[in-house]
Amino acid sequence: MNVLRAHAQVSTDAVRSVGAAVTARGWGWQHATRANWVVRDLDLSIAPGERVLLLGPSGAGKSTLLHGIAGLLGGAEEGRQAGQLHVDDAPPAERRSRIGMVLQDPDSQVILSRVGDDVAFGMENFGVPREQIWPRVRQALDAVGLNVPLSQHTSKLSGGQKQRLALAGVIAMHPGLILLDEPTANLDPAGVIEVRDAIVESARKTGATLIVIEHRTDVWLPVIDRVIVLGADGAVIADGTPDDTIRREHDYLVRSGVWVPDTPLPEIPRRRFEDDRALLHAAELGLGYRGDEPLHTGLDLAIRRGRTTVITGPNGAGKSTLALTLGGLLRPPVGRLTADAALAPPRSRREPVRWRSKELLTRIGSVFQDPEHQFLTGTVRDELSLGPRALNRNATEIDACTDELLQRLRLQHVADANPYTLSGGEKRRLSVATVLATGPAVIVLDEPTFGQDRRTWEELIRLLADVADAGTAIVAVTHDLDFTALLADTRIELPAWQTATETTS
Amino acid sequence: MTTVEALGTRPVNPVARLLTALLIAGGLVLSVDWVSALTALVLELVLFFAVGARLRPVLTRAAVLAVAAALTAVTILLYGQSSGTVHWHFLLITVSDGSIALALATFLRVLAIALPSVILFADVDPTELADGLGQVLKLPARFVLGALAGLRLVGLLGQDWQYLGYARRARGVADHARLRRVAGQSFALLVFAVRRGSKLATAMEARGFGAHRSRTWARPSPFAGREFALVTAGFVITAVAIATSVTAGSWNFIGAQ
Repeated sequence: MNVLRAHAQVSTDAVRSVGAAVTARGWGWQHATRANWVVRDLDLSIAPGERVLLLGPSGAGKSTLLHGIAGLLGGAEEGRQAGQLHVDDAPPAERRSRIGMVLQDPDSQVILSRVGDDVAFGMENFGVPREQIWPRVRQALDAVGLNVPLSQHTSKLSGGQKQRLALAGVIAMHPGLILLDEPTANLDPAGVIEVRDAIVESARKTGATLIVIEHRTDVWLPVIDRVIVLGADGAVIADGTPDDTIRREHDYLVRSGVWVPDTPLPEIPRRRFEDDRALLHAAELGLGYRGDEPLHTGLDLAIRRGRTTVITGPNGAGKSTLALTLGGLLRPPVGRLTADAALAPPRSRREPVRWRSKELLTRIGSVFQDPEHQFLTGTVRDELSLGPRALNRNATEIDACTDELLQRLRLQHVADANPYTLSGGEKRRLSVATVLATGPAVIVLDEPTFGQDRRTWEELIRLLADVADAGTAIVAVTHDLDFTALLADTRIELPAWQTATETTS
Repeated sequence: MTTVEALGTRPVNPVARLLTALLIAGGLVLSVDWVSALTALVLELVLFFAVGARLRPVLTRAAVLAVAAALTAVTILLYGQSSGTVHWHFLLITVSDGSIALALATFLRVLAIALPSVILFADVDPTELADGLGQVLKLPARFVLGALAGLRLVGLLGQDWQYLGYARRARGVADHARLRRVAGQSFALLVFAVRRGSKLATAMEARGFGAHRSRTWARPSPFAGREFALVTAGFVITAVAIATSVTAGSWNFIGAQ
């Protein structure tokens, strides 16, 4: 409460901003590299101070629209614009001094190397006088629950902390228009509510207009005034009060992959594979990168054929490091990870980290947390055929396998596109498909459902269940509780391991 | 906490340190003689202790520099232009009065030029330097902050390199010859760097960077008495060193041979 009162005091000192209005008339946008319009014939009008939740299927151009409103789409070399988009009766690029936006990827949101400077950055750009900057930095950090010293290095923050940092930076600016693209995807459930309340409180105090994109609607519905639903071609198909719109468009939203509140979890039928012998054995295993202190010591676990093993644990517990170690990519600093004799290429080399790269392809596949790290070629089709070609399979076999995967993972329409240009859901499906292409005996996935819409989420769970039931060992590292509940045959909780970042001011 | 609250004992503005080091270096590169170098070196040591540098780091850093300077001097001693009495001759090696004098002058000169940079400038925080470049020298914010934010990306590229390596291994293409693999991975890293750079630019614009013609700075970058004193000291050191050398008749302007 003290925090809120202090905040109110300062914002009266500051120039009180008034919310910005947003209007679009027949607006559209086409990326220079794509044949189709991402957004087309869009008409909408958002009044100052309104709080809007923007919904729609993956690839409906929600992010593009938000970038457009923020004036960040760039000029003619980036793409083609149709119609008109205005913020307060001028093109957004001329109104950037009224707009603060938080983008999707928290990693690329960090701008400066100290926490305090990073929060101050936006205010400096807005020309906020120096004596107001530092109090506002502290209040914003307090409000989003990031309790670290101002001099803390931003590179030491976890994904969730980086997201809070970016939000603090925008709140502190007191913009007339706050634009948020999936602002809470990286936060734990308690953090989501805390951060949401901080944003809404800030918007209420300054009168700012708020536009949010978020798949997980249950968090935002209670605090917003209006829901706008975009169709697959980027036009508005529903617009109204939250309860009304959600009720009316319920089926479309569910089909579009929006997490509509109170939708029951799907049933995942399983026919478990009979043979469940252990393919990988960890004994007295420690985790860590070369030269660092080991994270954990003395881990013992077995990865079984045809079974799903889900590994959970708090941020910084070493989940990703464990995934890399199980994937045969990172040498454990202590202990041993050994493969079943039948799986090891020659019996003398039982440790996956000693296998050749090609030998890994049919034995252990890894799906990384950031799908972009997975991609090595220029088109989706090449990406899928890369593994089979490395194994010298014949051309007809490769084509058949690629076509089947394209169809199974709904990627035919982007077969010739560059993997980097796909939507988040498509990238995730492609990264899983690249691993399936060579049919490894073990598949290790790092946060496979992170940032996915409900449709991709459910597809992934069904796919992984099928793959496991066909005799593959699935290992997934995640903090998605629903995913764990639906899929885990075995659940391993990796306890917290002391981290250096948890210091307080 | 922040420098704002540490005004009582604030360190000297990095811009002043930079200017001082540049001034001394600028004066000393003009001649190769031992008198000016030695004069500058002695005065520099006085300056370091006057501004409160601690003995230990000065000695360690000076020791490292001395090794580097000595190596340069040895090369000149053995292969430098010979004149006067030749003391020793072996194949291409000639040690003469001339090369001894030149080696000594070089040794002192390397120390005299490098020490101020290393002592005054080595532990400057990039953020504070950026504050100074933007506020004191009024360099464009776009340039200063772009460079500062870009510097932070270098650390991230290290992580990307690691992951690109894992990806290559996991995708079955890491068995190629090492050279080819590194070449391919370097190209991929370049692509990542460009993408990170453009994402960073977008993130900066998303927080109003460049929206106004002018911006404020969260931290003051004071340039007052002590900064002027330091720069003046740099100027005096250079002037005294040159004057002494000219008076002693040993000044030899590098272009004047």
